[in-house]
Amino acid sequence: MSIQAHYLLMLLIPLLTAAGVVSLRRYPNLREAITLLGGGLLFSVVASLAATFDPAQPVTMTLLQPMQGISLALRLEPLGLLFALVASFLWPVTSLYAIGYMRAHHEKNQTRFYTAFAVSIFATMLITLSANLLTLFLAYEMLTLFTLPLVTHAGTKQARRAGWVYLGILMGTSIGFLLLAIVWTWALAGTLEFTPGGILNHETDGALLGALLVLYVFGTGKAALMPFHRWLPAAMVAPTPVSALLHAVAVVKAGVFTILKVVVYVFGVDLVGTLDSAYWLSLLAGFTIISASVVAMSLDNLKARLAYSTISQLSYIILAAMLGVSSGIIAGSLHIAMHAFAKITLFFCAGAILVAAHKTRVSELNGIGRSMPLTMTAFLIAALSVVGLPPFGGSWSKWWLLQATLDAHNSLLLLVLLVSSLLNLFYLVSIPLRAFFAAPADEAYNQGVREAPLPSLIAIIITMTGCLLLFLLVEPLWNLASGIV
Amino acid sequence: MDLSAQLPALIVIAPLLAAPLCVLVGNPRLAWGVALLTSVFCFAAALGLLQMLQHVDVLSYSMGGWAPPLGIELRIDALGALLLLLLGGSSVVVTLFALRSVEHEVALERQALFYTALMLVLAGLIGITVTGDIFNIFVFLEISSLSTYALISLGRDRRALFASFRYLVMGTIGATFILIGIGFMYVMTGTLNLQDLAERLPAVADTRAIRAAFAFLTIGLGLKAAMFPLHIWLPNAYAYSPSVVSAFLASTATKVAIYVLVRVLLSLYGAHFSLGELPFDKLLLVLGSVGIVAGSLVAIFQSNVKRMLAYSSIAQVGYILLAIGLASQPGFTAALLHLFNHAIIKGSLFLALGVVSFRFTGAKLADMAGLGKTMPWTMAAFVVGGLSLIGVPATAGFISKWYLVIALIDASLWPLAILVLFGSLLAVVYIGRVIEVAYYRQPARDLPRKQIPITMVGSLWLLTLGNVYFGLNTEFSLGLVSLAVSSLMGVGV
Amino acid sequence: MADFFGQFNYWVVVLLMMAGLYIVIASANLVKKLIGLSVFQASVFILYITFGKVSGGAPPILSPELEVYSNPLPHVLILTAIVVGVATTAVGLALIVRIHEAYGSTDEDEIDQMDDADDYPARK
Repeated sequence: MSIQAHYLLMLLIPLLTAAGVVSLRRYPNLREAITLLGGGLLFSVVASLAATFDPAQPVTMTLLQPMQGISLALRLEPLGLLFALVASFLWPVTSLYAIGYMRAHHEKNQTRFYTAFAVSIFATMLITLSANLLTLFLAYEMLTLFTLPLVTHAGTKQARRAGWVYLGILMGTSIGFLLLAIVWTWALAGTLEFTPGGILNHETDGALLGALLVLYVFGTGKAALMPFHRWLPAAMVAPTPVSALLHAVAVVKAGVFTILKVVVYVFGVDLVGTLDSAYWLSLLAGFTIISASVVAMSLDNLKARLAYSTISQLSYIILAAMLGVSSGIIAGSLHIAMHAFAKITLFFCAGAILVAAHKTRVSELNGIGRSMPLTMTAFLIAALSVVGLPPFGGSWSKWWLLQATLDAHNSLLLLVLLVSSLLNLFYLVSIPLRAFFAAPADEAYNQGVREAPLPSLIAIIITMTGCLLLFLLVEPLWNLASGIV
Repeated sequence: MDLSAQLPALIVIAPLLAAPLCVLVGNPRLAWGVALLTSVFCFAAALGLLQMLQHVDVLSYSMGGWAPPLGIELRIDALGALLLLLLGGSSVVVTLFALRSVEHEVALERQALFYTALMLVLAGLIGITVTGDIFNIFVFLEISSLSTYALISLGRDRRALFASFRYLVMGTIGATFILIGIGFMYVMTGTLNLQDLAERLPAVADTRAIRAAFAFLTIGLGLKAAMFPLHIWLPNAYAYSPSVVSAFLASTATKVAIYVLVRVLLSLYGAHFSLGELPFDKLLLVLGSVGIVAGSLVAIFQSNVKRMLAYSSIAQVGYILLAIGLASQPGFTAALLHLFNHAIIKGSLFLALGVVSFRFTGAKLADMAGLGKTMPWTMAAFVVGGLSLIGVPATAGFISKWYLVIALIDASLWPLAILVLFGSLLAVVYIGRVIEVAYYRQPARDLPRKQIPITMVGSLWLLTLGNVYFGLNTEFSLGLVSLAVSSLMGVGV
Repeated sequence: MADFFGQFNYWVVVLLMMAGLYIVIASANLVKKLIGLSVFQASVFILYITFGKVSGGAPPILSPELEVYSNPLPHVLILTAIVVGVATTAVGLALIVRIHEAYGSTDEDEIDQMDDADDYPARK
């Protein structure tokens, strides 16, 4: 099957799944089956594409040409493939989790949920396949719009307000900064195509290029760089499967993916290394890392704490991208995969705790490990992966991130990363320790609490195993990531 | 007799004759039939004229065989053809929609008269577009305006009457200003033919009379185009008139006024004089920017959705005027492109509200609660139109915004580029309000299931799909606009 | 002084134009507004006709003895404009009749008040 056929399938499968979900809305079991089927098919297509992928010979497929010189086109490159693999693998897993969660929680509007999920994955796949800035921008905006019904799923006043914050920050930054940056790039470079080595002329005034970079980074609100991070904690009002896939994997990773792509294929890694503004942005990322961790420590709501942890982890990738060295790009790309698995596990566990024990606060979790041993073990493993300890996947990306700061001769940021790991221990690892070793308020506290529903439990085990496997099987990922630069 | 040679005249005469025919037939359905046939003919004629323009730069037709510059000449170039297509297309779509909408909103005894007035408006607007004589422009302008006043007053709400009256007073003042301007130009040059005037004006351009003429003309046209601060007539006129009228006016009336403004600025006086020597370009930049911000901001606070869209139209006119004020090729391209795209966008939005009005009486925001569930197709069309206003890719509005921002960056006017994008964000707010009410609130009362007629949904979706089509394929729209701009910029004082 | 009397027509035009605009803006009564509009339009008619007069020109009817004629074109233009003015006044008056039927008043302020009461019923 040709590469172009793969591209089309990657886009069509989620759309057809959405159509299937809508048409089978009266038959919940069939509807869920279609979602899982679609997810499985999508992953097999992406995996098959990965097997035949040759970075030296990119295959472009132009869909439409709205304006002269600007097209909507698809082209797969290593970074996109990495993101596509992660997202397409985690979609069916999250769907499995969602089946358990949504039913146990007696959620309403499940058809709307699964449909919006499927079209959001369509937008995500389009992001991974974007051949130029216009396609990326289109898919980016689509992702914001398609995930809005998921964020506001509950329909409560709080959910609607969260929707406005979400929409306001993401559309505000994308139209106000990102679109401006894209138009400016077109005016400077005459093209929007992603090209290895960048499309911008190195002779252009450094101040202008620096300003352009700032517009891009702030314009990518999905990367949650401060001060445009408030949408992430606001979006936690969504059901946990949404937070898990979209705000640990798809939406936020689309943000840092965009930044990485812009750095590598619009500016060129070397050019970014020469820009002053990149240095300042890396410091801002460092600040975000630390301050988000500090905030996380003070929060009692479990999902809010995980949200700020995500903000912090995303800035790891932004920091790595702003270093202007190729090892930073590789480290950032790897972290996309590692963090995705770890964070999704954490969110799965949070949701399981919510459904099984009706608890949302960290302070309520004393001793729950005895009633939910599997869930809390997964939590522990994922937390250790986020901290960056072996034998979990996160240790590799943490190692290369540290390496990249050394390559860029930036000891301050090295320190930031180390301090941050320490803070992660405090606010993440403390939770499973409390769950296993702290004594509950009274004997009856955790009575009646059982493990999560079976489908959700299976999903948790899969992602937890993923954290472990990514440590052992990192080499293919590393090869893929190195192909980017 | 070669029909195609007579097309420039036929395209004006057809609706002009159709109007009394509508009165004579009396029966509303028959009048509708006459109106539809005429609209289809005009659209087909516009296509024919465009076809004829493949071979020549300009089509010139002498009315009654009297040769210009003494006789009245009909002159159609690329820009005129663009407008004619817009007018014909809008007329067809709107007339299709009107079949059931007018039955619902206009009193039975006045329905045939409705179509009469509609045909007169069409005749007037087409006349403005094809004529090459400046006094002729005034006459057709008044024909269309008077008929518009009558159309607006046919709205259900009694406020339509006062809105129409206010528009009458302001519109007449504007038209009289144009008349004064024409008078001064005639005195100084002795001719009324646009071509001839353009040739003779450079010699007398430096006189007080010509500068006064320019001022009167632009103010009068600015009033018709709803340029800030001469826009006061628009919100109420759009809000309280029948839905069909709002949609038709939003697509055509202000667009034709802007067309005349562009003709006066570029073909008549030449860009060098009107936008170079006189500070009109800066005035347009300022007034356009204020219009964008003021229109969008006021739109956010409206509780009547039609009024909200009306204020949005004022903002969109601001974008177009801002682009004209740039006085550059990218600027004019962006302006004309948005003229075309916005007509489609606003037409579709008002038609969507027309469908909503079919089930409710008012267009209050509160009435639209829960429409996402009860009228999914209509709301979907509204969402697509709204996204186009915001400027989301894959819609026509994005293309306009793109070219506008490029033109602004080209002129190094960064603050204005940011202002344009800020305008998009304001659009997110006022469109978002409607979407929130429609999709996140429960329907207010139990309405009887009313079958929405296929003509209404069909014409609505025709425009909506057109919106998406022109967002993904600009070969036609951009091609025609580029042709128009290059021929317009060839003339200079 | 000669200039003033030579330009007498134009002074009248200016006077009528300003008077007409003032009446339109300042009157609350709708019929008066319409009258003001007519005065305003009349000033433009005088302007055009004054343009047409050629010094020493005869009325533009061809005759073998005369050489200089006044320009007939402005007269034609003004006839058209007068017709437009009549039509406008007619439409305006028709609207006023309908407004009076609907509101019971032809005073702009009263009508605005009644409209406000419609829009914001709580404020009544």
